[in-house]
Amino acid sequence: MITAFVISRSTDLLASIMLTGIFSLLSAVFFVLMDAVDVAFTEAAVGAGISTILMLATTSLIGQHYERRPTRHIPVYALIVVVVTGSLLVYGTMDMPVFGNVDTPVQQHVAPRYLNQSGDEIGIPNVVTSVLASYRGFDTFGETVVIFTAGLGVLTLLGFRRTEHQKNKNVIAAMYPHKILRVIGSLLIPPIMLFALYVQFHGDFGPGGGFQAGVIFAVAIILHSMLFGLAKTRRIFKDRSIYLAAGAGVLLYGGVGIVSMLKGGDFLDYSVLLSNAVSGQHIGILLVELGVGLTVATVMLIIYFNFSGRADHQHEDKT
Amino acid sequence: MLVSLFNYWIVIVLMMMGFYIVISHSNLIKKLLGLSIFQASVFIMYISMGKVEGGTAPILEEGIKTYSNPLPHVLILTAIVVGIATVALGLALVVRIHEAYGTIEENEIQEKDNKSC
Amino acid sequence: MLAHAPALTVLVPLLAAPLSLVFVKSRHCWIFCLLVTCASLVLSSLMLGQILDTGTIIYTMGGWPAPWGIEYRVDLLNGFVLLLVSLLGFIVMMAADSSLEKEIDTDKRKFFYSSYLLCLTGMLGITATGDAFNVFVFLEISSLSTYTLIAMGKDRKALWASYQYLIMGTIGATFILIGIGLMYAMTGTLNMHDLSIRLPEVENTRTVFTAFAFFMVGVCLKLALFPLHLWLPNAYTYAPSIVSALIAATATKVAVYVMLRFVFTIFGIEFSFEHMPLQEVLIALGVAGVLTSSIIAIYQTNLKRLAAYSSVAQVGYMIIGFAIGNVTGLTATILHLFNHALMKGALFLAMAGIMYRLGHVEIKNLQGLGRTMPLTMAAFVVGGLSLIGVPLTVGFVSKWYLVLGIIEQGWWLLAVLVLFGSLLALIYIWRVIEIAYFSPPNASTSQVSEAPAMILIPTWILVLGNIYFGIDTDLTVGITSLAAQSLFGVSP
Repeated sequence: MITAFVISRSTDLLASIMLTGIFSLLSAVFFVLMDAVDVAFTEAAVGAGISTILMLATTSLIGQHYERRPTRHIPVYALIVVVVTGSLLVYGTMDMPVFGNVDTPVQQHVAPRYLNQSGDEIGIPNVVTSVLASYRGFDTFGETVVIFTAGLGVLTLLGFRRTEHQKNKNVIAAMYPHKILRVIGSLLIPPIMLFALYVQFHGDFGPGGGFQAGVIFAVAIILHSMLFGLAKTRRIFKDRSIYLAAGAGVLLYGGVGIVSMLKGGDFLDYSVLLSNAVSGQHIGILLVELGVGLTVATVMLIIYFNFSGRADHQHEDKT
Repeated sequence: MLVSLFNYWIVIVLMMMGFYIVISHSNLIKKLLGLSIFQASVFIMYISMGKVEGGTAPILEEGIKTYSNPLPHVLILTAIVVGIATVALGLALVVRIHEAYGTIEENEIQEKDNKSC
Repeated sequence: MLAHAPALTVLVPLLAAPLSLVFVKSRHCWIFCLLVTCASLVLSSLMLGQILDTGTIIYTMGGWPAPWGIEYRVDLLNGFVLLLVSLLGFIVMMAADSSLEKEIDTDKRKFFYSSYLLCLTGMLGITATGDAFNVFVFLEISSLSTYTLIAMGKDRKALWASYQYLIMGTIGATFILIGIGLMYAMTGTLNMHDLSIRLPEVENTRTVFTAFAFFMVGVCLKLALFPLHLWLPNAYTYAPSIVSALIAATATKVAVYVMLRFVFTIFGIEFSFEHMPLQEVLIALGVAGVLTSSIIAIYQTNLKRLAAYSSVAQVGYMIIGFAIGNVTGLTATILHLFNHALMKGALFLAMAGIMYRLGHVEIKNLQGLGRTMPLTMAAFVVGGLSLIGVPLTVGFVSKWYLVLGIIEQGWWLLAVLVLFGSLLALIYIWRVIEIAYFSPPNASTSQVSEAPAMILIPTWILVLGNIYFGIDTDLTVGITSLAAQSLFGVSP
């Protein structure tokens, strides 16, 4: 809470970004306390990791680390809007069910079925994964599409302007000259990828799943690009194949749904995939999580490559 | 009762700080930071709803009777992802705006627009 | 196949979006997208036919029954909106290939088409779903792709417009998320039908009141109700013409649909109109919106911007229509969703034609365009007349029902204000007509010829739609009044 307050006052962009990262980490801790381990995992990876990196990348692209505070207007109107909204919310919480109580509608109505029957209906211990990938699998499908959309957006916004000349140039990474970093870094990449795979397939039992795995996998490749130069990494992972792979992730998820349609079930009804409903659910969840992982990893790469690729252009434009 | 709702109020204060940053600051990156704080606080509100006193994480295991509610967790997983997607797109826009206008301050952009009109 | 129609209507464009990236030539990609949108249109019209025969269609995603899984629940109202969105999605797509030639670089076009399909998917998804949280997810799909599409505009102001929309849109979506969260806290469910059953038990709590307020503010941001419309004029003005046409014809309609769905189905008429000051607030904002934005529209120098302000005004009419709280008014609103899509679609496509030839839409430089581009300008004029509400156009039909609805309540003053709004529309449309027809062509307009056929054809399909549905009102009025009656719980 104090971090948030400081952010609102600070004019130093770098400091605010780091503080936002800390804020995310703190909320991840809070999520663990609230028993939401999956969410904590994601928040730590996304809020503290990805978004901080992106913010920093943007500031370095822009080269402006301080905010020029306009002296003329003091945002009284903003304060009023905020106070009104805030008091409305406080007013709204007056009748909210008591925190942590078992008898609230939230705990009583829909949730018990997930907790009591998902073990039999889907057969995997992590209820969050069951709900995520099966009961509310369509939301997760939508989420994958959102990621895909964002990747597409970043690609269209930042991905064009590269000339042939620049494409073939081998920009040496900042870290390349440091031998120790390079050796240790390359040692790290395989375990990170392995860990990503573990997270991917362990999602049924513990916290984890396609999204987190995708992020971790992308990190491994990003590390590679930091060590060996963006150009080199981009030669391995061609632009076109990356965005097609992102699309393939969405298609894999949707394809599972279509197959279940063809087999006589509803869209995303994994039970009909195999003769045994529970193992059908297993295979379905496995496949869609794979789709999510693929899309997320590739979109992260698209975003990272395009942000840092932009930096190279700007650098060259100046020199 | 006041104690029991205290948790929500903290969240609301956080939420409003984020909201305030969005609408009051003129720096485009700062606005996006505010937006993520605003959204993160909404996530905390959702997760708080799912908590059950004495419950554990919703991973089925022998011998455990009370679990916290998994549904808000699922919703928020989705929402976090949506949030980062928005922020990424927003930042990409900021980069482009900076290239086109040479500034990322709202008022300066508006001035430049008015001049060219 | 037909059993899966609700899901497929949304899924076809969704799955086609990543597929469209495979194409190397943008022309092929366009043909593919045209087929896809056409398929979606066929599915949604079949579905509407089925609803008329057998009533509401329910489709469970993943085979899980409603409050546990996500269901699609399509009744007359959203069946109609689905048809509208997919119809406009198809017609606007027809013009895309020609219009993009001048407005978007070749290598970006494929991404444009993919984003276009995603945007369409998002809107169809919002409309078809019966789950409150699912609305949020698909809302974000359509929003994110819209931000991308707007940012593709040539002018650098497009970037700024897109950023503004991103901030406003995300605040709106977060408000909606808070509203849904509070509803969930009180009822424990996210399914709309289930919510409508469980909300009345707790409707006198302050939490539900707050949930309602947050939800409404969030949706109003999205549908650009005055005074939350500030993002809209820039977005419409600087986006590529095709994008302006698509979002002007569909995006606000979907937002109005969401509002109708929540106000009528979920919270219920009794709660919305009796416990809440909804009626007064909405009518006040609606009237203010109609009058202010019509007046602002009169002073615009850019044709697209003029049309954008007129859209804000038209949203005002829709809001007044359902806020007066009787069946006729609601019929007018739903009817106007469709009719306004027809007229704005025609207007923006005509502007796409002008953009194609002239490269700008500054009103003062359109002198004599009525002579050099007769078909395009004629389309613009018919669209404009429809906007004013001249008899024999669709605009007249919806205005007629709106005024009837108001008179049913006996609010004469309101009726006069609504008609005064039409007068203002007459002024801003006339300004354009005067310059285009009654002044001699200038250096640039005398050079140009008619817009390319692939822009003219879809424009004229919409223009003829404007006239046809203005004369033969049985079909549209029939469906919309049935939909309105079912929302009010009157058995037809």
